[in-house]
Amino acid sequence: MSDMTWFTILSTLGAALAVAIGVMFPALAMGRAISQALDALARQPEAEKSILRTLFIGLAMIESLAIYVLVIALIILFRNPLLEYLVK
Amino acid sequence: MESASVVFHLGPLAITSTVVTTWGIMLLLGFVAWLSTRRLALDPGPLQTLVEGIVSAMDDAIRTMLPQRSQVLLPFIGTLWIYVLVANLTGLIPGLSSPTGSLSVTAGLALLVFLSVHWYGVRSEGVAGYLKHYLRPSPILLPFHLISEVSRTVALAVRLFGNVMSLELAALLVLLVAGLLVPVPLLMLHLIEAVVQAYIFGVLALVYITGAMQSQQTVLDSDKEGGT
Repeated sequence: MSDMTWFTILSTLGAALAVAIGVMFPALAMGRAISQALDALARQPEAEKSILRTLFIGLAMIESLAIYVLVIALIILFRNPLLEYLVK
Repeated sequence: MESASVVFHLGPLAITSTVVTTWGIMLLLGFVAWLSTRRLALDPGPLQTLVEGIVSAMDDAIRTMLPQRSQVLLPFIGTLWIYVLVANLTGLIPGLSSPTGSLSVTAGLALLVFLSVHWYGVRSEGVAGYLKHYLRPSPILLPFHLISEVSRTVALAVRLFGNVMSLELAALLVLLVAGLLVPVPLLMLHLIEAVVQAYIFGVLALVYITGAMQSQQTVLDSDKEGGT
């Protein structure tokens, strides 16, 4: 197979695997955070405001990890900087 | 990922559709602000009631974080909230795309937050008092403080950009694969995501600025608690 075919196969595989693995762990972390927040809410419903605010900030922090993975996957697929070495 | 389409050239400067949409949002927000404050009355009309509700809701949200000086931060954080929300929702109008789906816009907003953290920190603590919080709790942690300054700014920009752009891209992909009306549920998700992301962007900016403003105060408080 030519270099170009290998490059296409490997970058597609790399992007798919990156998204698959990179989404799995933030999902686990988010599930944990939400379940703990629900626990805290059930124990102390009067602290709802501050719990929810902290939960949202934490979820945003965790979510940004998954977003990094997405950005890297999109760079691999659409704007791979290593491609020009191959084309040249 | 996709480069924004160039609308016209201003000398050597290419004006993209992102900039034009932002101008439109600025005009819209300015017009609504002018319209709602034109005739302020003690017995408010519908528009004034709406705007007062929005402002006091934002003021309450800031007051829970920074009880004594919410008025100092309300203009900046409120502007961020309103602008990011309107900019996110612009993507739902056919033919327009969200300005926040472009990394340049979100990087600009994050840079603004980065600078204002130091601005508000220095204004409330003084230069020496503000700079001293980098050496706390121990001078060994100085490099980590500096790294976190940069990384949280980058994270702020990439988070907003990634969310808005990925939702638009996902709707586009579903449109390519399936029929005309199939992406509608995704667009509803876009609606929720736009509100949540605008809220989170503002709250994170608020958390960072509050941290810089209270860096001295919390130490004093903990000293007092430790002393008594």
